[in-house]
Amino acid sequence: MGVIRSYRLRLQRRRWRIRAFRKRRDLRPVANRTDQIKQGDLFVFSTQRNEGVRLPYFLKYYRDMGVNHFFFVDNDSTDGSLDYLARQPDVSVWTTRASYKRARFGIDWMNWLLMKYAHGHWALTVDPDELFLYPFCDTRPLRALTDWLDASSIKSFSAMLLDMYPKGRIDAQPYSPGQDPLEIASWFDSGNYTIERNPKFGNLWIQGGPRARVFFKDKPALAPALNKVPLVKWDRRYAYVSSTHNLLPRGLNLVYDEWGGEKASGVLMHTKFLDTFSTKAEEELNRKQHYGASREYLAYAAGVKENPDLWCKWSEKYINWRQLEILGLMSKGNWA
Amino acid sequence: MSVGIVMLVHTALGRAEQLARHWAKSGCPVVIHVDKIVPQDKHDAFVFALSDVPQLKFSRRHRCEWGTWGLVAASQDASELMLSEFPDVRHVYLASGSCMPLRPVDELVAYLTERPRTDFIESATTADVPWTVGGLDEERFTMHFPFSWRRNRYLFDKFVDFQRFFGLKRHIPNGVVPHMGSQWWCLTRQTLSAILQDPARRNYDRYFRRVWIPDESYFQTLARLYSTNIESRSLTLSKFDFQGKPHIFYDDHLQLLRRSDCFVARKIWPNAERLYQAFLDNPNVQSNGTEPNPGKIDRIFAKAVDRRTRGRPGLFMQSRYPNFGWENGMTAGKYSIFQGFSELFQDFEGWLARATGAQVHGHLYAPERAEYAGGQPVINGALSDNANLRDINPRAFLTNLLWNTRGERQCFQYGPRDNPKINWYFARDPNAQISVISGAWAVPLFKSNANFADIRKEAARLQKLESKMLDELRSPDSKARIRIWTMAEFIEAPMEPLQVVIDEIGQKSSRRLAEAPRMEDLTGFGQFLQNLKNQGMHPYLMGDFPVDPVPRSARNRKRKPYLVKK
Repeated sequence: MGVIRSYRLRLQRRRWRIRAFRKRRDLRPVANRTDQIKQGDLFVFSTQRNEGVRLPYFLKYYRDMGVNHFFFVDNDSTDGSLDYLARQPDVSVWTTRASYKRARFGIDWMNWLLMKYAHGHWALTVDPDELFLYPFCDTRPLRALTDWLDASSIKSFSAMLLDMYPKGRIDAQPYSPGQDPLEIASWFDSGNYTIERNPKFGNLWIQGGPRARVFFKDKPALAPALNKVPLVKWDRRYAYVSSTHNLLPRGLNLVYDEWGGEKASGVLMHTKFLDTFSTKAEEELNRKQHYGASREYLAYAAGVKENPDLWCKWSEKYINWRQLEILGLMSKGNWA
Repeated sequence: MSVGIVMLVHTALGRAEQLARHWAKSGCPVVIHVDKIVPQDKHDAFVFALSDVPQLKFSRRHRCEWGTWGLVAASQDASELMLSEFPDVRHVYLASGSCMPLRPVDELVAYLTERPRTDFIESATTADVPWTVGGLDEERFTMHFPFSWRRNRYLFDKFVDFQRFFGLKRHIPNGVVPHMGSQWWCLTRQTLSAILQDPARRNYDRYFRRVWIPDESYFQTLARLYSTNIESRSLTLSKFDFQGKPHIFYDDHLQLLRRSDCFVARKIWPNAERLYQAFLDNPNVQSNGTEPNPGKIDRIFAKAVDRRTRGRPGLFMQSRYPNFGWENGMTAGKYSIFQGFSELFQDFEGWLARATGAQVHGHLYAPERAEYAGGQPVINGALSDNANLRDINPRAFLTNLLWNTRGERQCFQYGPRDNPKINWYFARDPNAQISVISGAWAVPLFKSNANFADIRKEAARLQKLESKMLDELRSPDSKARIRIWTMAEFIEAPMEPLQVVIDEIGQKSSRRLAEAPRMEDLTGFGQFLQNLKNQGMHPYLMGDFPVDPVPRSARNRKRKPYLVKK
C-alpha cells in the first residue's frame, strides 16, 4: 500500500473519530454505571430501538458468557425498553431522539462510547438480535477466548453474520420475552456464501444466506454484507467504518489467513426472522432510517408478503458450534 | 530422599499459592522464584500467604523477560538455594506457576526414586531438530543479542542482519556443544551441583548471557558435560503452537489430561476451575504406574497447528481466503466436467449416474439456471439454482458446491452456451477432470426446428466461444486432467474413451461398461454441416465429417458392446 493511500485512510479514520466526537451530543445518559468498571472487564456495546422483547434473553446470554458490563444507546424506544435497561445493575444506557441514519446507522454513537469507555478492554459490538458464538463457547467463557487472543497478539476477531430462520411462515410461532430465539429460528443456510476482498479496507465482503437466496435473487450484488468484526481489543484510536463490517486501521480487518491456513473465527447468529419481523419491517420502512435507502426493508416487505417461508429442503438445523465448524462457517484456527 | 520443586512464578499468584501448597503437602520442598515485575506489595502478600508452609523458601528475584538471561539466573539461584537448604533432595524439578501435576506427587517421587541417576532434560543438537520458529537456530549460539526481542524488535532484527552481513561470530567456550530443548527439566543433585559449582561457570555464564533464549539451552547444553544418564525428554507435558507459544489447557481438556498419564502439564489457564479442582483438591486418581503417554494430546495440537497453517482444502470462509496459488486444493474434491456428451448422447446424465454412482448434474452454468441433478431448485448447503446468484461469483458457486457435497463425486455438463468465465478456473484446478467432444454443440442445432439463418448465426457464435474455451484448456498453466476429442474422432469408437473416463472416476468396481449410452441419430448431420459451409460458416471443431456418412448410430444400436456376463 502506498504512502498516499495509507495517509488517506488515516485522514478518514480521523474524520470518523471527529464525527463520533460531535455525535456525542446526541446522547443523553439515563443510567451511567461506568464507575463499576474494573480493569480487564469485558464489554458489550449495542444500539437498540423497541427491542424490549429480545432484551431479557440478550442480557442473559451475554452475562452467562462472562460479559461484565453493557453499553446501550436507546434510539427513541416507545416500548419501555429504556426503563428496563436502566434498571439492570450492569447496564449503562444513553438515549437519543436524533436520527439513526445521520449517526451513520448508529455507528457514530458506538464509536463515541467505545472511544470513551472501551480503551484497553475487549469490546463486543452487537445488535440485540445477534448472538455471538465462538469456538468452545459451550465449555469455555469469553474470557478464555480473549486471554488466548491476548497471548497470541491478536487484536480483532471475526464473526460472520449467520441468518437464522424458522421453518414455516416467519410469523407462525410467537416469540415471548426471555425465550431462546434459536428455539424458533433454528435453521440456517450452510453453504451458499460468496466472498470477495475489499481492496480499500482489506476486509472480506461476504454475501449470501437466505436473504440473498430469497429477497435479493434478482439483484444479488445488493444483498446485505455478512462479514463482521464484532470483538476488538479496543484502542481509542480505532474506529468502525461501516457498521461493524470493517474498521480502521485496516490491519484490524485482516481476520483471515491468505496463505491457506485458517484463523480462529466465530459466528453471529442473526435472529432477526421472528414473528416480530413483519411489524418491524413495516415500521422501519416508514421511518426510512436504514442503510441504502432502506432497500433491504423494501425487499423484505415485498418478499414477506409473497412467501414468508425461508426454509428449504437443504436448510440446516442448528445444533452447536462444532456443527458450524465442520460446515466451514467458523474455525477453531490453532486454538485447541 | 525426595524431589525438590523449583517454581518460577510471574502471574496468577493465587494459583501459584495453590500449587505450592499441593507440592508441599506431599512432602516436596519448594523454592519459589517470583519475577521482579510483580509489584512489591503483591509479592509480600504472596510470601505472607505461604508463610505457614514448612519447607518452602523464596529465592532472590530476577526480571524474567522471555528469551533473556533472567530466566536462567532465576533457575540457578533457586536451584542453589534448594540444594543447600534441603540436603535430602535428590532430584530438582523445574516447574512454573502455570504447571499442574496430573498424577499424585507420590507417583512422581516413586518414579524418580526408581531412576536415581537419570536426568530428565530434553536436549538435542541444533542441527538435528526443526523446532525453532523464526529462523534463528544455530545463530542463537553464534551471535550477540544485546537488544530485547520484545521491546526493541527493530534493533534486534537489524543487529542480526548486521552480524550476518559482516559474518561476525562469537567464540563458543571450549568443550561446549550447543544443545537445546524444553526449558522444563528435572535434574539429579549430582548433575545440577556439577553445573552450578563448575569452576568454569563464570565463563559459561558470560557466554550464555548473550545467547538468544538461554533458558532453552543453558542447562540443556551443560547437562551434556556432566550427566551420566540423560533421558532426553521432559517430564512436563508442554505443547507449542506454530508461533512458538505454549498451548493452553482448559476445563474441557480434563479427560484428555487424565488419560495422558503425564506427571506435569503446562500451561493451564488460571481460570480453569475444574482442572484445579480435579487435580489439586482431590487427587484420588488410582495409581497405575504407567509411563507418560501424551499421544492423543500431541495429535490434537498437531491438528490445530495444521489447521492454522494449511487449513481445509477447498474451503473459502471468513477466516480462510487464500491468495491465488496458496489454496492447498482449489476445490474440496475431485469432479468431472463433460462438454458435448449430453448433446451427442440421449439421456447421458442418467447413463453416467448409473455407470458411476456419482451425482450427475446437467449444465450447472447454463444461462437460464443451474441444472442440478433431478431438477432440484436448491441443493446441498441451500445453494440456489438461480443464475443471478451463481453468476455474481461463478468461482464461489463451484467451490461452494464441491464443499457442500464433499464425499460424493460430482459430475456436470458444460458447453459454449454456458457462463464462460469459470472455464479458466476449471482448467487450473488439479481436481477437475475435463472431457470435451468439440463441435458437439452442433447436434442440437441440427435437431432443432429453427430457421436456418438463425442456426447459422448461433453456430458461428458457439464455435467462436468453444474455440476460445479450448484455447484456455490447452494453455500451459492448466493443471486439470483434460481430454479433447473432435466429434468425428469420438464417434468413430465412442466406447473406448468413455471407458477410460469412467475408470478414472473410479466410483464403482472396474468392470467393463455393461450399457452404452444411446447416441443421437446423426443421419444427415454431414449434410447439415455442408449446408453451414455453403452458407459461408465453416464449422471446423467437429473434425472432418463426410457429407454422406455411414449412419453409425443405427449400427451402434444393434451391437451390444463389451458386454460381460457373469
